[in-house]
Amino acid sequence: MPELVVFYLFAALAVGASALVIGQRNPMYSVLLLIASFGALSGLYIQLDAPFVAVAQIIIYAGAIMVLFLFVVMLLNAPREDAAEWDRTHPLRQPGMTRWGSLLAGLLIVQLALAFNKMTELSTPVGTRADAATVSSVHELGRSLFTRHTFAFEATSILILVAMVGAVLLARREDHA
Amino acid sequence: METYLRPTVIGLMIFIVFNLLIVASAILVLAERKIMGFIQQRYGPYLVGPYGTLQPIADILKLLFKEELRPKGADKWLFTLAPVLAVVTAFVAFAAVPFGAETTLFGLLAEPIKLGISDVNVGVLVVFAVTSMGVYGIVLAGWASNSKYSLFGGLRASAQMISYELAYATALASVILLAGSLSLREVVDSQSGYWLGFIPKWYVFLQPFGFLIYVIAGVAETNRAPFDFPEAEQELVAGFNTEYSSVRFALFPQAEYINMVTMSAVATDLYLGGWHGPFIPEQYGWIWFLIKVGLILFAYIWVRWTVPRYRYDQLMTFGWKWLFPAAVINLVVTAALVLYFNA
Repeated sequence: MPELVVFYLFAALAVGASALVIGQRNPMYSVLLLIASFGALSGLYIQLDAPFVAVAQIIIYAGAIMVLFLFVVMLLNAPREDAAEWDRTHPLRQPGMTRWGSLLAGLLIVQLALAFNKMTELSTPVGTRADAATVSSVHELGRSLFTRHTFAFEATSILILVAMVGAVLLARREDHA
Repeated sequence: METYLRPTVIGLMIFIVFNLLIVASAILVLAERKIMGFIQQRYGPYLVGPYGTLQPIADILKLLFKEELRPKGADKWLFTLAPVLAVVTAFVAFAAVPFGAETTLFGLLAEPIKLGISDVNVGVLVVFAVTSMGVYGIVLAGWASNSKYSLFGGLRASAQMISYELAYATALASVILLAGSLSLREVVDSQSGYWLGFIPKWYVFLQPFGFLIYVIAGVAETNRAPFDFPEAEQELVAGFNTEYSSVRFALFPQAEYINMVTMSAVATDLYLGGWHGPFIPEQYGWIWFLIKVGLILFAYIWVRWTVPRYRYDQLMTFGWKWLFPAAVINLVVTAALVLYFNA
């Protein structure tokens, strides 16, 4: 029972903070709320008996990536977004983009519904499942990451590299224009 | 995660550690001013109490009675939140640091307890994660003050933290490879015993470069000179805490001193064998622990008043082009040797 209370506490914090991230006009607050949301997620990971993932979540996202976000927000010194100007000029607010976006959102909802239907198969707690050791032990986690899931692991790293190259390319293009 | 203490004992331990950290930061304030005085060939504080030993109490009383000021353009919430965040993360980080073997505290307790608040099986990472959150206190203080000096201090803090965290974590990883565990208590216990009968099995002898990298990055992480860019007085007035006064201001140095203690305690656990040492029985190992932490803290203060501050570009060049590559090479060599000798 106390576990359930803690779960709902963290879950509410994660969902609430994430919703507020989008709702803020001040980017600084958005970044901070995102950190709070990551913290709550990390609490959920601990409840799932995955302390390593929980700590990695804090170190990588809250401790490193969000510091970079803050750094950028502070350097841009953009205290408030101009709502009207934003609506008129932002590329994501164009009609075509909006339609495409709502299609993706619809797909996501369908996907989530399918996933929730499958949840019954996963209803046994992680700690009692056969692969429990994989979740909690760092040794096992590393082993399975570099043997069974090598492809996904390497594919993810290439994905991140592509994103980085893309960001550099996008940032450079403005220079020439 | 195993918990080995009953709730009351944990509560008591938290109370003791909390107060010890506060006392430690008071002692550090005094030690810093006394040692600084010695290095600069003057007396240091000598008026309050015998030999100036009550100076920290006078300092904190003065700060308590100061008026609290907040600039008009400051962000009300974040301005208040920042010092709290800084000091809370500093305290919380120590929760995962063990500082002694099983002891009955000179027979005071019926059954022996392990000194340390919690024994998390990923303890090293927990300490690292919590200390890396500490930077938000400084960055937010810099931003929320709405002052150019503070903002520069905050910016520098975030850039510096990210640069030196890499070397810091890579140095940590080398020790973890040697010990084969992420639990600080297990890391310490794998350092008991002697080589050839007289050299203690401390990782500092296996990882001299790792220790050096760890300590340098640790000084940078705690924003101490020669890496005190966030508050570089000659350039930024007082850096990120320029606009702070009274207790809100006092929390920043408090957090800095507690972070120093945590950094030294973790260095002791990882490299200097924690509470293991000759002559003193394991039960009283915390005496060794105190001695080792004290020595590292003395070195901290010694360096601050001996070495001048870097230039900002030197800081970045050193962090990215020297310290981090050195840490990576150290990690790769350690990994290869561990694999070779274990196979």
